[in-house]
Amino acid sequence: MNSTSAPGDWEDLVTTALLGTDRRTPPWCAPGQDAPVALLDAAAVETVRRRAGLRPARAAERPEPAVPDTRPALPAPAARRLVMLLTDRPGTGGGGRRGTSPDLMELLPQWLAAANARGFGAPVQVLPALLDAARGRTDLRPAALEFAGPRALWLARLNPDWRFALRATPGGGTALPDLDDPGQVQQLWQEGLFAERVALLAAIRAQRPVVARELLVTTWATERAEDRLMFLDSLRTGLTAEDEPFLEQALADRSRNVRATAAELLSALPDSALAARMAVRAAACVAVDRTGEAPGLVVEAPHECDPGMERDGVVAKAPAGRGERSWWLGQLVEATPLGTWERRLGGRTPREIVALAVADDWRSELHAAWCRAAVRQRNAEWSRALLGSPSAPEAGGPGAVSLAERAKLLSTLGGGERAEWVAGFIAAQGLSEAFQLLGVCAVPWAAPLGRAVVDALNIARDAGSYPWSFSGVMGLAERCLDPAEASRLDGLLAVPDESEDAAPGAGGYWAEAFQRLVTTLRLRAAMARELEGP
Amino acid sequence: MTQQGVRWTADQVLALAPDAASRKAGSKLGAAGPWSEAGSSDEGTVWGLCKGSGSKPYQTVVDIADTAGPAYKCSCPSRKFPCKHALGLLLLWAGEDDAVPAGQAPDWAEQWLAGRRKRTEEKRAADASGSPAAADPEAARRRAERRAERITAGAGELEQRLTDLLRTGLASAEQAGYGVWEETAARMVDAQAPGLAARARELGAIPSSGPGWPVRLLEECALLHLLDRAWLRRERLPDGLAATVRSRIGLPGSADGPPLRDSWLVLAQYDTADSKLTTRRIWLHGTASDRTSLLLSYGAAGRAPELALPVGLALEAEVSAFPGAGQLRAALGEQFAPPGPTTARPPGVTTEQAAVRYGEALRDDPWLDAVPVTLDRVVPIPDGDSWQLADADTESALPLTPTARSRPGLWRLVALSGGAPVKVFGELGHRGFTPLTAWPDATGEPVSLC
Repeated sequence: MNSTSAPGDWEDLVTTALLGTDRRTPPWCAPGQDAPVALLDAAAVETVRRRAGLRPARAAERPEPAVPDTRPALPAPAARRLVMLLTDRPGTGGGGRRGTSPDLMELLPQWLAAANARGFGAPVQVLPALLDAARGRTDLRPAALEFAGPRALWLARLNPDWRFALRATPGGGTALPDLDDPGQVQQLWQEGLFAERVALLAAIRAQRPVVARELLVTTWATERAEDRLMFLDSLRTGLTAEDEPFLEQALADRSRNVRATAAELLSALPDSALAARMAVRAAACVAVDRTGEAPGLVVEAPHECDPGMERDGVVAKAPAGRGERSWWLGQLVEATPLGTWERRLGGRTPREIVALAVADDWRSELHAAWCRAAVRQRNAEWSRALLGSPSAPEAGGPGAVSLAERAKLLSTLGGGERAEWVAGFIAAQGLSEAFQLLGVCAVPWAAPLGRAVVDALNIARDAGSYPWSFSGVMGLAERCLDPAEASRLDGLLAVPDESEDAAPGAGGYWAEAFQRLVTTLRLRAAMARELEGP
Repeated sequence: MTQQGVRWTADQVLALAPDAASRKAGSKLGAAGPWSEAGSSDEGTVWGLCKGSGSKPYQTVVDIADTAGPAYKCSCPSRKFPCKHALGLLLLWAGEDDAVPAGQAPDWAEQWLAGRRKRTEEKRAADASGSPAAADPEAARRRAERRAERITAGAGELEQRLTDLLRTGLASAEQAGYGVWEETAARMVDAQAPGLAARARELGAIPSSGPGWPVRLLEECALLHLLDRAWLRRERLPDGLAATVRSRIGLPGSADGPPLRDSWLVLAQYDTADSKLTTRRIWLHGTASDRTSLLLSYGAAGRAPELALPVGLALEAEVSAFPGAGQLRAALGEQFAPPGPTTARPPGVTTEQAAVRYGEALRDDPWLDAVPVTLDRVVPIPDGDSWQLADADTESALPLTPTARSRPGLWRLVALSGGAPVKVFGELGHRGFTPLTAWPDATGEPVSLC
């Protein structure tokens, strides 16, 4: 605020006070008066005078008002719930045992997704807490920013802590041009920064794949190698046979990474010339052996990696610890259209082919390559064959197909089928290996899957282990189990009598863990109800 | 007004928590899961059983209708007050309509309530019949005289310290550190002048408070000198000013002003804590009388003060002022109804009028650091590293205090405004404006900024 007092007097007083009256006697000090007392008297009068005379300052430059948020407001109970979810910030309390109460912060992603699905706008006063939460957790950002709406971007321009919100919006807050205006598109493509050009290409590719490719072709020859790689990668979206000539040409690129990416994209097109060349090479390596009692497969891995193979994206140098012939074989099979094998191997179905014995320990190599091919080509039938029956003994054992590969194979199947397979797996193998597989299942879990998980938890408890051995699955169950299942859990809440072979105190901990599960499910049901409104 | 209409918001409940950990623990218990047999009555009682880690659930009762603020009882061993169970129960009650149905209190809750009501009745009866065993007035007078003598001696000593400081110069204070002033403060505590002690202690911190400290140190020295002098000549001051001086020195007063009955809107509630004491300030605005009053409530360190009034509610009550000219501090007397929702808002002024109001208040109390004001139609504006509240329609603006700039409440205010005018209640003083509560321009609930 501005003071209206004459600054000269006051500054004189301050100077005198700083130096001390011993060094500088105030000139206005009456004779006989004690100098420090006179100084304090004068300063007291001046202080009160200055304070009483304070006047408002001139306003600084005003920011543009925020764009109004036209979305409907949350129902009141849902707004209260949001405040509570945001109160539970990580690091605001002691860790340790998790107790019976739900982990509210873990429910925030679901809450945000549900609120966004219904098109609600955020109450403005919670925006700071919401932005702080999103700042600490990158996985929350997309949903949090969508919910937060235009005012959050307005705030982010004023607070450097929230700059991430500006970065997260496409184009760093600068909107993309009208994609229908070729002039603007061309200008941004020619003159924009790298990030802007990637965003532009991705946006066009999502709507009109052909236009995006043609745009890329216009400047392809002059791009830097790193940029070519990123641009090429954005063609993954909406990949069709029409892209083949361009990709085929990119196989001759100067950069090895660009060549490899082009080859990978081409091999995902089953009718491409590259896929056909790979099929010829791979087929030469695998054959049905009819000499034994039952037909089996014999594998003859390639003896060399010729320039033609290298041109088609096969990496000649094997990583340390792998034989180079099996390394080449893996790459050939992986890039071969799976349809090839049915013709090549006597018209057998995928299931029959997978069941064939493989000579000389080539089985795991061959099956692993087929898994990668099935995932790359999104081939559900082969995925099913390679996954096998969930209850087969080897499904959980050290079989040919690892859990990570299984999770990827599952992602090529439909949601219902996926849930059913994982349910079968859990029923047969228990929970210890199921975490990764549960992660690819749709939320909330389908009824059979939910039941399988609850049953398996129950079995684990009866087996006498501690619940924290299953904390990963428990956490997932809290977030993913259908709230309608809560009532099925009531029987598990009691503390059972301790049996002799059980771990000491385990019963109590299990009851606690199930209680938290039920509480969380009830809470999720309440959250969903509140968002539905009255 | 029935209790069912007076559900609190989650924010209001969380404001009761003694610390952040309790707030978090309470939020977790604010869901139906661990609770059973929860219920509430029309008289403003909420109860429930909370499953804890033991086999026996905790019995939790909260009486929100109590005229002296909510009262809690929980069978848990926590020393936090209110404990997380009480907070969780209130959150449950605030949040879900069907989780806490209306009903008849169970025996264990009823017993506690009956005991409480009985004690309250007895206390009221005792108050009405005058203070028990009224002390010997002659002895009281002698005690007061002895204390006044000690304070006079202390004030003289303090004067000596101040004149010594100015004789050698403030520049020497920078090297001396605050040990000297700590010692002086301890002497003032011995002299039974806590007001002087607090001011002396603050002097010690000023030299390390950043650029411009000589000005602030001179100001505070001068005001302390003024207070010393006022005490030494208190007989020659007008009554009102003399009472102000006594309360600034730290002599206890009693709220013997005439009780004023009004519908009091709770404007703001915030706590400040030092190592020994938590002080809670609650600002009230009388809807009919247009008076602003301050309630103070204290708690030992780590415990929330007892009195808690949720911001935005209004209570029908009597309030009595403490003595002193321009004194805003008051005591809450009889409450006629529990706090309830209201659409009332305090009338606001422009930034220019607010600055004038502080100047005028200094006439009654020159030691006043800030006055409560409500600003109408102001917009928060960034100003370099700092912020201002500017009138929407003119070019004048009040700067925010340095402490207000670093508080999270600032961003709630900025978010609420979005560049548009809002109504803001806060404290305005020589350091600037501290926003405490804001209302959106047209309609809507108040947002607490503390």
